[in-house]
Amino acid sequence: MRRAALALLLLTAPLAAQPTMPSSPYAYTQLPDPKQEAEAKALMETLRCLVCQGQSIADSNADMAGDMRALVRERIRAGEKPEAIRRWLIERYGEYVSYRPPVEPLTWPLWGAPVILLVLGLFLARGRFRRRRR
Amino acid sequence: MRRGLLWIPLGIFALLLVVAAFALRNPADPTIRSRLVGKPMPDFALAPSQPGHPGLAAADLRRGQPRLVNVFASWCVPCRIEAPVLTMLKQRGVPIDAIAVRDRPEDVAAFLADNGDPFERIGDDPRTRVQFALGSSGVPETFLVDGRGIIRLQHIGPINADEADDIYRAWRDAK
Repeated sequence: MRRAALALLLLTAPLAAQPTMPSSPYAYTQLPDPKQEAEAKALMETLRCLVCQGQSIADSNADMAGDMRALVRERIRAGEKPEAIRRWLIERYGEYVSYRPPVEPLTWPLWGAPVILLVLGLFLARGRFRRRRR
Repeated sequence: MRRGLLWIPLGIFALLLVVAAFALRNPADPTIRSRLVGKPMPDFALAPSQPGHPGLAAADLRRGQPRLVNVFASWCVPCRIEAPVLTMLKQRGVPIDAIAVRDRPEDVAAFLADNGDPFERIGDDPRTRVQFALGSSGVPETFLVDGRGIIRLQHIGPINADEADDIYRAWRDAK
């Protein structure tokens, strides 16, 4: 148990340590073209920060998130499509890096649930109104 | 029939409690593993970080001999703890290259002077580019790359002394 605790402590240490390097050029600077910046922003909001996993890279102050924003902005600037950048990251880090779940058999319940619940709600409401009329 | 329906909300609530209890007992593992294990090393070429050590390129990692690639930084505390283990692996004949992430060459030099220098090549990755290309999400991480440039293993976090044997065996088996 103590070993596990120590291991955990060691794993968290890199988060606390602050590198002294200046941040990447596009980590905190917007792209000159507002349309490209909007594309980059939309993508950054749906990518998970790897070291602070509850945040998107758009929200995180972590250095690594800054470098990832720079990567996104530079690639958008070079003309790459946002979805291609997302695919590039998913190839390396898995679906977990993207906040937008893909539509595939495993996630059908996730996408289907709102529709099913809405239909169920309408059905229940209809029953209620009918009874009241009587 | 109507009576029975009344119990459904309570049933759903109980089910939620069971799900919550289960999730609390088995917290999700936050480790993000690289999906490139078993696949070729992505193409990259990094400038040297240190005089006396060449830089590191993907081509250096498919020269017929399995090698370790240690992703590290001078600002990373666990990397210091790992350093003696890497030195030991090197003494046992394991060739080790390194990628210095978000680091200044002078800081890397000081780190190597303090903690020993088991590395052959040291590539400088100031903007985390190659780390992203590898699917690596922290420091230290160590990749075992076989002689054909295929990533065979990713070790996340420092290699502890009692894990060195496993790494050595994996390296030997990759020959």
